[in-house]
Amino acid sequence: MIDIDLGKRVALAGNPNTGKTTLFNRLTGGNAKVGNYPGVTVERQEGTMKLADGVSARLLDVPGTYSLSARSVEEQIAMQAVAGLHPLELPDLVLVVVDATQLARNLYLVLQVIETGLPVVVALNMVDAQEAAGLAVDADAIQRDLGVPVVPTAAKSGRGLRELREAVRAVLADPERGRPGPRWRPAGGPLRQDVETVGAALPDEWHRGIQDRREALALWALLSLDDEDELDGVPSEVRITASERRRAADASGRDLDLEIVSGRYGWIDVHMPGFLREPEKPRVSRTDRLDAVLLNPVAGFAIFLLVMGVVFQSLFAWADPAIGAVEDLFGWLQGVVEATLPAGLFTEFVTGGLIEGVGSVVVFLPQILLLFLFIGLMEDTGYMARVAYLMDRVMRALGLHGRAFVPMMSGFACAIPAILATRTMERSRDRLLTMMVVPLMTCSARLPVYTLVIAALFPPSEVFGFLPVQGMLMVAMYVFSVVVALAAAAVLGRTVLRGPRVPLLLEMPAYRLPHGPSLLRMMWTRTRTFLTEAGTVILVCTIGMWLLLTFPREPAPEAGAAASVEAVAGADADAAREAERLRQSYGGRLGRFIEPVIEPLGFDWKMGVGLIGAFAAREVFVSTMGVVYGFGEDTDEESVSLREKIRSETRTDGRPVYSPLVGLSLMVFFALACQCMSTLAVVRRETRTWRWPLFLFTYMTALAWIASFVVYQGGRLLGLG
Amino acid sequence: MRPGLNRMLAPMRNLDQLSAGERRVLERLGGGRAFRRRLMELGLLPGTPVRLVRRADVGGVLEIEVRGSRLSLRRGEARELWFEAAS
Repeated sequence: MIDIDLGKRVALAGNPNTGKTTLFNRLTGGNAKVGNYPGVTVERQEGTMKLADGVSARLLDVPGTYSLSARSVEEQIAMQAVAGLHPLELPDLVLVVVDATQLARNLYLVLQVIETGLPVVVALNMVDAQEAAGLAVDADAIQRDLGVPVVPTAAKSGRGLRELREAVRAVLADPERGRPGPRWRPAGGPLRQDVETVGAALPDEWHRGIQDRREALALWALLSLDDEDELDGVPSEVRITASERRRAADASGRDLDLEIVSGRYGWIDVHMPGFLREPEKPRVSRTDRLDAVLLNPVAGFAIFLLVMGVVFQSLFAWADPAIGAVEDLFGWLQGVVEATLPAGLFTEFVTGGLIEGVGSVVVFLPQILLLFLFIGLMEDTGYMARVAYLMDRVMRALGLHGRAFVPMMSGFACAIPAILATRTMERSRDRLLTMMVVPLMTCSARLPVYTLVIAALFPPSEVFGFLPVQGMLMVAMYVFSVVVALAAAAVLGRTVLRGPRVPLLLEMPAYRLPHGPSLLRMMWTRTRTFLTEAGTVILVCTIGMWLLLTFPREPAPEAGAAASVEAVAGADADAAREAERLRQSYGGRLGRFIEPVIEPLGFDWKMGVGLIGAFAAREVFVSTMGVVYGFGEDTDEESVSLREKIRSETRTDGRPVYSPLVGLSLMVFFALACQCMSTLAVVRRETRTWRWPLFLFTYMTALAWIASFVVYQGGRLLGLG
Repeated sequence: MRPGLNRMLAPMRNLDQLSAGERRVLERLGGGRAFRRRLMELGLLPGTPVRLVRRADVGGVLEIEVRGSRLSLRRGEARELWFEAAS
């Protein structure tokens, strides 16, 4: 049967942790368009909701919010979506999801939405959990007192969804059935005057000539606007009027916020007893018993570390076979193309640019999917709130959000999924700060570089007779990266990203079983966003890197170089020619061009080329060095000949190019420099501006240069060079 | 003694001074405007009974129950929630 789209728009609103996302997926059948709200990085989902007998409407998912008074970007979007403020369209109906186990607090939002004069239907969700907890809520009584249809649902099991669709259809057909008028109004007196004055200042397109709507938006302005809000799109006349009334209220000793908020809770307090079939009793629930262990100062931390250990291990070890498979697949593809297409520039472009580029995007998928699986599980079960609870003190000392712990730790595997994982934080300042320091964590792409340098320049030996030098160096690099990342967080949080100290107000939701289909959907939508948006930039950059290292095609051979090419024969000649070509390429020229800059760090132009190649991805350093030294591009960090070459490479004056000190300087540089265009692409995608990736690149590169300079020059002063 | 005078004599206590499991009626909210407004919108209005569920001495965070839902907040901010001394 073909559905007839009624052309009606339904906004789905509700508090966080009410099962709103599950309900959205249920109502739309999982078919939704995912995008972003205009100008911000808040995920926007819209789908088709089937109503009864073959008609359907558009369903728009609104960010979860406790209230329409807005502070964060998400809250502002929620407000704009529900109230139909620019740039979002006015919905024909607002479907408010309510957690039946947290009725009083959830009703606050319902009252606010009803005040805006839009038709409302309430989904009284989680009735199953609430019955299991021994509570019973009287949906009929709530419907009677609110004056809007109230449908008991259990989104996870699908209970009540048919009735919900019918209720939505009925109200769309007859909006008055869901528009009872405000349940609460400021009575006469000063607040009444405030509302009227501010209401008069509102633009026509806000209230559309509807008196209830005018009052609701006036209340919103009085409650939300002040000097510190981050709201845009508010006409200055509204702003000025609201702040005048607020100042006047303050001066006469009134508490405007209390008057408005307690007006709504006053209604709730009067009616709540009638909504509960039996009086509320203190609960010692499953959640309490679990929290007694999971929030315990000893056991809770131990379990937390265990959970983090599993996540870490999965990103490192479990994702590895899949990453290997992706690399093999694309390697095989390159082989096939090379074998079928005639050799030449086009084939090189397809293999070295196109396939390489797509491969370097797809290779992130195993880790991204795994990390989002764990984050989804932690969020859906309610454990993420406990993580923030447990980690708050440590993270706050560094200016970070408690939830930043998971992205920071994921940064050990790869910065890309870690940056995408910063979305679990509500405030953009918290997300930004985390994004700016996550790339400092030792990601797995740095390992091949460390392995090569350590194996080539630090002979296996022991300090104090038992500590292996090579292993200790590796551990030292990890510790170094963590210390620098935490220090950077502390510094950036107090300077560039200084923000008002935000109080922690964390809801501790009851523990719940996750809903499989919703979890999978979340994993897929976030991964798809990465593929389409960050992926394109990574692809373009990879092709750009290929161009840099491939052109010009036929460099004019320099006299000395040509002689040396002729001196070697056969396969070696190919590799030597390749090395010479790379030297003459734009990338090679760039490497020589930056030589004066990196010389104080102990690097020569060959390392410069390696550094430029490593910008595609750090591990590319190893294969680029392989090409530079004429071993071909299949060289890996285990290559004995590359290690020996590095050891024996000498300067014109006969001193070795690579000393342990140079190695150390090189590793420090790799630890700190933002040698990863994918990271920059993802930060660009998440912040919607080039400003932050540019800042990230600049500060990390500067930090790397200074640190390497100190290591190399300091080491030389101490006579180590 | 009149109740008003009694209240003046008995010092108020803040949330951080309560012990786990204690249940008291919220008297007054301090702190910045955004913080107060958010607390009030979550149902923490003067006159509301609040129960201190648990304090994480390591994490420095307190968990409370108010109107049937659970919230956690930091010790520093918990000191802005004032309760009458005797119930």
